[in-house]
Amino acid sequence: MDLYYYPGCTLKTKSKNFEDSAIAALAALGVNLIELPRWNCCGAAFSLSDDDLIHQVAPVRTLIRAQEQGAAKLLTLCAFCYNTLKRANMIITHDADKKDTLNRFMDEEPDYSGGVEPVHLLEVLRDDVGWETLAEKVSKPLSGLKVAPYYGCTLVRPSDIALDDVEQPSVLHKLIEALGATAVGFPFETECCGSFQTVSTPEFVNECAWNILSSAAGRGAEVLAVSCPLCEYNLAVKQKELTVQYTGFKQLPVIYFTQLLALALGVDTEGCRFDLGYMNNQAFLESKGLIA
Amino acid sequence: MRVKLDSKKLCSEFVKKIEEISGQDLMSCYQCGKCSAGCPMVFAMDILPNQIIRLVQLGLDEEIGKSKTIWLCASCITCGARCPRGVDLSKVMEALRQLTLRKNEDTVELSKMAQETIKELPQIALVSGFRKFTG
Ligand code: SF4
Ligand code: SF4
Repeated sequence: MDLYYYPGCTLKTKSKNFEDSAIAALAALGVNLIELPRWNCCGAAFSLSDDDLIHQVAPVRTLIRAQEQGAAKLLTLCAFCYNTLKRANMIITHDADKKDTLNRFMDEEPDYSGGVEPVHLLEVLRDDVGWETLAEKVSKPLSGLKVAPYYGCTLVRPSDIALDDVEQPSVLHKLIEALGATAVGFPFETECCGSFQTVSTPEFVNECAWNILSSAAGRGAEVLAVSCPLCEYNLAVKQKELTVQYTGFKQLPVIYFTQLLALALGVDTEGCRFDLGYMNNQAFLESKGLIA
Repeated sequence: MRVKLDSKKLCSEFVKKIEEISGQDLMSCYQCGKCSAGCPMVFAMDILPNQIIRLVQLGLDEEIGKSKTIWLCASCITCGARCPRGVDLSKVMEALRQLTLRKNEDTVELSKMAQETIKELPQIALVSGFRKFTG
């Protein structure tokens, strides 16, 4: 299966571990990713102002690039990109006036009417590959590994673009189980990590991170699986400060779900990119006997 | 908090602007407090999210201006997803921030941030942060 793929800015820079592990894992599943030609930044945060159409130009332009390739779906990995592209596409398909204004504004581009569906890798694994097929392809089950599924905000909110149930999503739980690991549910699975507040009030993001990490660890999780580079940053980088700030806080490895997927599908350590990231996941996985 | 109601403020330009930018029907809110109960940043806020929408309904823009709350919102949309009246408070928060940002008043300055922090932050943090805090 060939799939057009939109990486976004962060996966090409700070989160190569996310991109590389996903490409390697999908290759092992027989899915070939074609990077969208001439993609541009989606704008990261979807504009919440009703009168602000200029910030929809960037995501819509990227969808037009996908339309040019004849793509029916556009795969995303970064949860922020998924959200922004999906919400922009919702404007095009649900608001005729705004669609017309955007098309007229971009008169150098072919008209766009929402024919490209932005999808997230978790949806492809669930809906196109399927949990049973995936479980059959697992060559190195992650037996005994207790993984907390962390969804964060942008995959599940708002409800009209949610890839799963808004309050009780299960797609990451099912993925973790299909890989032979144990999913450890916890109350803060969809709680915000503090997001872009890390730029203006990083001290408050510490509290968000502590709530999430201590809740997962309290339920017995040994590692937290994430799908967003900003969640990875807030939840991993803050841990050093949390150790000083909160008595009894124990560090919890934070890892991209694609790295666990690649590992279980038999991709070698280099291909899983455990060498990158903010924490020493390599040492942790060695201690669990999952990598040599 | 004790507030003085003023019919001129109730239908002021401020209320109209917030309704227009947010696209939300402010009067739908019946003050149940569910938005504040689920807000992940509420611990740091001086005025609760449900109080913010109440102040907007009443046209009390000066009270909102004295508070830090709108700048602590992380646009997580938990409030919008849970509101029983279908109000997306995250959009009201954004509209309130826009009133300041559109006057070219920034609340974050790149030049004041540490170089190491800028280098370390993921691109989506910087892009979304500057989208939310600068005009
Ligand atoms: S949840 Fe909705 S109705 Fe309840 S206080 Fe918040 S905005 Fe108002
Ligand atoms: S969008 Fe803002 S106000 Fe609403 S719950 Fe999230 S942080 Fe709180």
